[in-house]
Amino acid sequence: MIPELGHFALILALCLSCCLAVLPMVGVQQQRASLMMLGGALSSGVFIFCALSYAALTWSFMVDDFSVSYVAANSNSALPAHFKFSAVWGAHEGSFLLWTLIMAGWTFAVACLSRSLTLVMRARVLAVMGFLTVGFLLFMLLTSNPFTRSLPVPPQEGADLNPLLQDVGLIVHPPMLYMGYVGLSVPFAFAIAALLGGRLDSAWARWSRPWTNAAWAFLTIGITLGSFWAYYELGWGGWWFWDAVENASFMPWLVATALIHSLAATEKRGVFKSWTVLLAIAAFSFSLLGAFLVRSGVLTSVHTFAVDPERGVFILGFMTLVVGGSLLLYALRAGRTHTVVAFDYLSRETLLLINNVLLVVATLAILLGTIYPLIYEALMGGAKLSVGPPYFNAVFVPLAMLLLVAMAISPGSQWRSGSVGRLLRRQWLYVPLSLVVSTAVLSGYETFSMGTAIALVLAVWVLFNLIEDLWRHIANKRDKLRAIFAQSPSWYGMWIAHLGIAVAVVGVAMTEAFSEERDVRMEAGDVVSVAGYDFRFDGVRLAEGPNYVADRGAVFVTRNGTPVVTMFPEKRRYLARGNVMTEAALHGSILRDLYVALGEPVGDSAWAVRVHVKPMVRWIWFGGLLITVGGLITLADRRYRHRLRREAVVGAELAT
Amino acid sequence: MKFGPMKPHRRQRLMVVGLIVLCSSAAVMLAMMALEENVNLFYSPNEIVKGEAPVDTMIRAGGMVLEGSVVRSETDLTVDFVIGDLVAAEVPVRYTGILPDLFREGQGVVARGRLTPEGVFVADEVLAKHDENYMPPEVADVIARAHENETPAGESGGQ
Repeated sequence: MIPELGHFALILALCLSCCLAVLPMVGVQQQRASLMMLGGALSSGVFIFCALSYAALTWSFMVDDFSVSYVAANSNSALPAHFKFSAVWGAHEGSFLLWTLIMAGWTFAVACLSRSLTLVMRARVLAVMGFLTVGFLLFMLLTSNPFTRSLPVPPQEGADLNPLLQDVGLIVHPPMLYMGYVGLSVPFAFAIAALLGGRLDSAWARWSRPWTNAAWAFLTIGITLGSFWAYYELGWGGWWFWDAVENASFMPWLVATALIHSLAATEKRGVFKSWTVLLAIAAFSFSLLGAFLVRSGVLTSVHTFAVDPERGVFILGFMTLVVGGSLLLYALRAGRTHTVVAFDYLSRETLLLINNVLLVVATLAILLGTIYPLIYEALMGGAKLSVGPPYFNAVFVPLAMLLLVAMAISPGSQWRSGSVGRLLRRQWLYVPLSLVVSTAVLSGYETFSMGTAIALVLAVWVLFNLIEDLWRHIANKRDKLRAIFAQSPSWYGMWIAHLGIAVAVVGVAMTEAFSEERDVRMEAGDVVSVAGYDFRFDGVRLAEGPNYVADRGAVFVTRNGTPVVTMFPEKRRYLARGNVMTEAALHGSILRDLYVALGEPVGDSAWAVRVHVKPMVRWIWFGGLLITVGGLITLADRRYRHRLRREAVVGAELAT
Repeated sequence: MKFGPMKPHRRQRLMVVGLIVLCSSAAVMLAMMALEENVNLFYSPNEIVKGEAPVDTMIRAGGMVLEGSVVRSETDLTVDFVIGDLVAAEVPVRYTGILPDLFREGQGVVARGRLTPEGVFVADEVLAKHDENYMPPEVADVIARAHENETPAGESGGQ
């Protein structure tokens, strides 16, 4: 009964979202405030019914209702409760229900927090989001209903959740990522609404900014968690594989990053308006493209869900409609928003422009590499190829380094005007200093890599400039400590996010250059030395978990004879499906990670053992965390709310 | 010269456009070069047996791991196995390292590596799939095509 209610709630949500997509727009057309006002109530309705439906599916998981095919395929009565809860988004249907719920949630949030928008703008924004919700709900009801029953003979026991997904990282990673993906629909809706109204002004940019920052922050933490999860759960010890699905999340992130910067210029100076709109459209389009790549199965990836052409065709059609429609609207309307605002070559505007060009070019290069196998297959009549990580490194790393250069000198830039002198103020000091610091760091290692050296110098250089920027903000204040805390959240957010980038770059550079890795065959008592650590393999024992049995290895680690830690990597066999999973053992610290994973038994008592020592690898995710925090801090800026009110009043007067 | 000084915003726009064009064309060039070097073509066991695959070039090969073909070394982590299309073609593969969890006989795998002149495929990487029911599309394709060819011709060297 409960699953049927969930299904029914979905249908109701679809009806309401159809109304949401149409009625407020009709209201705008006919200038009827009563219809425009419906947006708020309808958004709440859609959200409530999506939430009910989601709750129904969660309920089916919690009570082990294996007559629901989706539950039977992804759960098991022995599965721990928290994993039953997260198993809801463990496969295609449920994860798309979560996606839709989050879409409804963002719409609801916009409805609640945008009372200060003009009536017309609010009606349009909500209608656009309603339209997107219609598409997602239709997709689910037509091609991937999670509530389908397997009657009349339901299975007695479920097939269990894929063991890779039985992990705490996976409880949080997809919801965060989806918050980001779907959150990009908000700036998209604002852009479409602004185009429809023909008014692209700084008020529009100010409305979009906090939403964009929020979505971007969620996307950042989602990607960071995904990377961390891949690192400790896949058992390969890598943190980024340039896998098609990783790229699918990275491309919208890059475009959204460009959007954040371009929105700043549009809000502050009224420049790049139509470009900003285009970025807002592009960011969400890349989100949809990501959904398509993951859910259609057109690309080979560790992440892709089961192949179903029907789904791919639906998403492709919806994507064509959304992207094509918005680009058409853009072509018709954006030309009208022509403005002339002059700025110097060496101004902040130019730096932001460089940032944008680099980010967009990087995105397109990654896009090319990601879909090249598809293009090739189509052109060459079925011949298959894959594009390896070296391609992505070759195109992305140089662009990223140029971005770092722009970022390093950006704190010294000014809006509108600038001079070489101002821009390069103290760089004569910072550049050599960064060289010295980097050389000092690198001198501790025997190998040398040019790429790492450059990246390190750039990161340290960025750091010096950030510190100077902080100093400049408090230098002429009497109470310096208090001044540190009195800066605006916007500025702080920027500062912390940029710091996060520098930290992540240091992590990437050090890990890539100085990681040491050995795959060895070890008998109990064997010792292998990696990067100054001695790993002694003490054999394996049988261990039992709630729904698996494991071979539990013990590895005793010493350094120069001093004990460091004993690590317990596991090889688990999950009972329901009988599949085998590697559970790596980690010992992390700020400066290095020790990583031990069991391969397979080879011979009588010997095991294949994978041992890594990865310097500063945690900095990558710590950097990601800082970037996220930076993005969230900007939301606290009171400026958005105060000015919103004032302009809303003016806007309302204009509208009537 | 009758042209006056260019209007500032015009000149600015020109600069912007120039910058974008310059950057993008450089990037496209870099990307194409990088693509040229880092693309791995896929070959089926049948194509490799027929000698259509280049020797000592990074390629990918895929097929089913034949039952009973996996042989482990006694001293290190080298594994030998045979991949085939279940009809005629078989290619010996050698890999040194840790195999993915889902690697086993009778499963479809895709490997990346180089073909030696003796016809042994030396793999650098054996791709992992995280779902035991998931068949790499390349391998599914290989087997489908092999079965199509089998009916009319019936090539030699079958199992």
